[in-house]
Amino acid sequence: MSLIRLVNVTKRFGEITALDHVNLSIEDGEYVCVLGPTGAGKTTLLRIIAGLLEPDEGEVHIEGRLVNDIPPEERNAVYMFQQYALFPHMNVWQNVSFGPVIRDWDEESVKKLSSEILEMVRLAERRDAFPNELSGGMQQRVALARGIASGARILLLDEPLGALDARLRVDLRSQLRRLVKDQKLTAIHVTHDQEEALMIADRVVVLRNGRIEQMGTPHEVYSRPQSVFVASFVGGANFIEGSVARVDDSGSVIEIRDGLQVHVSDSGRRVGEKVVVAVRLEDASIGPVEVAGSNNFPGRIESAMFIGGSMEYGIRLENGVTISSKALISDGFKAHKVGERVVVSFLPERCYVFPYPRMGLLKETEAM
Amino acid sequence: MPEVKLVNVTKRYGRILANDNVNLTIRDGEYVSIIGPSGCGKTTLIKSIAGIVRPDEGEIYIGGKLVNDLPIEERGIGYVFQNIALFPHMTVWDNITYGPRVRGWPPEETRPLALEMLEMIKLSARSDAYPSELSGGTQQKTAVARALTSRAELLLLDEPLGALDIRVRAELRHEVRRLVNDLKLTALHVTHDQEEAMSISDRVIIMKRGRIVEAGVPVDLYTRPRGIFTANFVGEANFLTGRIARRSDEGSLVEVGGGSQLMTNSRDQRVGDRVVIAFRPEFVSIGGDRPFNRLSGDVVDVIFSGSIGRVRVKLANGDLVVVKTALSFERPVFSVGDGIDLSVSPESILVYPYPEEGLDKELALE
Repeated sequence: MSLIRLVNVTKRFGEITALDHVNLSIEDGEYVCVLGPTGAGKTTLLRIIAGLLEPDEGEVHIEGRLVNDIPPEERNAVYMFQQYALFPHMNVWQNVSFGPVIRDWDEESVKKLSSEILEMVRLAERRDAFPNELSGGMQQRVALARGIASGARILLLDEPLGALDARLRVDLRSQLRRLVKDQKLTAIHVTHDQEEALMIADRVVVLRNGRIEQMGTPHEVYSRPQSVFVASFVGGANFIEGSVARVDDSGSVIEIRDGLQVHVSDSGRRVGEKVVVAVRLEDASIGPVEVAGSNNFPGRIESAMFIGGSMEYGIRLENGVTISSKALISDGFKAHKVGERVVVSFLPERCYVFPYPRMGLLKETEAM
Repeated sequence: MPEVKLVNVTKRYGRILANDNVNLTIRDGEYVSIIGPSGCGKTTLIKSIAGIVRPDEGEIYIGGKLVNDLPIEERGIGYVFQNIALFPHMTVWDNITYGPRVRGWPPEETRPLALEMLEMIKLSARSDAYPSELSGGTQQKTAVARALTSRAELLLLDEPLGALDIRVRAELRHEVRRLVNDLKLTALHVTHDQEEAMSISDRVIIMKRGRIVEAGVPVDLYTRPRGIFTANFVGEANFLTGRIARRSDEGSLVEVGGGSQLMTNSRDQRVGDRVVIAFRPEFVSIGGDRPFNRLSGDVVDVIFSGSIGRVRVKLANGDLVVVKTALSFERPVFSVGDGIDLSVSPESILVYPYPEEGLDKELALE
């Protein structure tokens, strides 16, 4: 039996449908990331599970019990706000042990649990500090510690790393996951950061306009995107417009601008159909010569960008299409120079083919 | 024209030294980013240049002119900060022409400039929209345009993208960079996001506790950081402690915990010195393809981030080494618990003296 089950949950705010018939089951001990752009309905989903919002339609079940009419404090779930809300007049220790104390735990148990959790978030030495004496990252960890110490089985985390500096955010990802797993909790973590979701989650739920667009393991969502939107939002890709010229057993041939042909393994298309071919930046490699078995397109490097750990290039093909390519740098790397002539290569099996979106390509791929 | 020069700039808030004797020159046309952890003084510094904060000591020159006593509106700067500050009751057009209007410039002069700005930020079609009708990213673009319609040649960007979604941020940073190029501006950009700084800047400055600790072009800072703090702050790195076992004209041999010996190109230390070595996760090779500079251990976990596998390996002495490698999902090569050989080439290993206050203190980000 699932620990949390949402059945046809719908929530409207005036004319806006924030959640549109969402069905979702979450297992005990699972770490789920809900991923989507601003306005996708992520926070609404979390607040409905927490009991801070009432759905207009549908059912919320927790531990096998319908909880639509159960108040937040009886749902065995703790909601953590984006802005960590610590009691400013209490020190770290008092903040963390607040839950157990008001629930009248005996002194020994409170002490044991609180010290353990503070140890885990590596703040044992700062137990006497007040929130305003701590950095943002430390305050965030205190808030987490308090959530965990509350004894709730379910952690509802709303952009828990959002207020932190980029470098620190990356550091805390694995700590957060470990914390949840060590305590055998179930976590639902809302984020707009696809890299964060892919790294932390057992399962990723991609939300868009109040609907679940796709869900699966990070691997599934990344390597088998089911829509242009998911390919673009999770991992990003080059999107090339074309139409199906030929279909046979080994795949299809897509004709793109100026009659250039892209071979793809996907053969679930009809000849003449208008399609979009998506190629991940890291699947498009560049080199001096053609690669056997790949799609090969000569072009010229238009931009070269070092992004710390990898290089990203923009290559302008002879038909005017620009392809982006990204590769991890390795030791002794030499960057290609702008203006250099290269061949862009990508394998037919690394091409995703989607029907041309009804609302246009830009609508599915634009960030703003 | 707008070269920026700071000479011995110091700013205190009570007992806290926010800027400690900062010296810095930003060349005309240069795009410079300042990064550093929260509280390092980067915002105080940019506010001093803008004229929002008055330094306690030191001089600030813009275009060769001492500006310490000049108010913000006379410094010839455009200033954009994190919280989008558009006038909510004004349209895009009224917002971006606000500066020229209050300065009393004739509309026939302002109009072409404003039109050009709108064109550049691809917002010509939305000039009648109100801020609330625009996305956060578009609002921030409008704020940048507004900062520039007063013919500012120096653009000061104080976490301009901080409040936006990551994807919007990644897209917008290139648009801002292009705008700065096309208009031949000088730009100073404060950010907490080292990837943002690396990808758009001519030069990146690292600050810590009120001081500039290092500055350089992005690729040099990443591959040849001069200090442990920088090595850690600009990207993930492995840090191992060890001792210099041997020295020659070519470099030194470092013995790390567990008895492994690694050849490095460093000649800055003496035999017996306690050192910290650092190397990037993507510079580690998997498999024993090198006959030397090998490290062996067991796979602790493999985490995928898109197509990149992040493999954590526990060495015999318990130290953890992170390796980043392009992996395919279809054929996972490693399983947890597998024994694995790693190697790092001598030129990829950085060697630093062991920090006086300990390694943890040097690596602390907060």
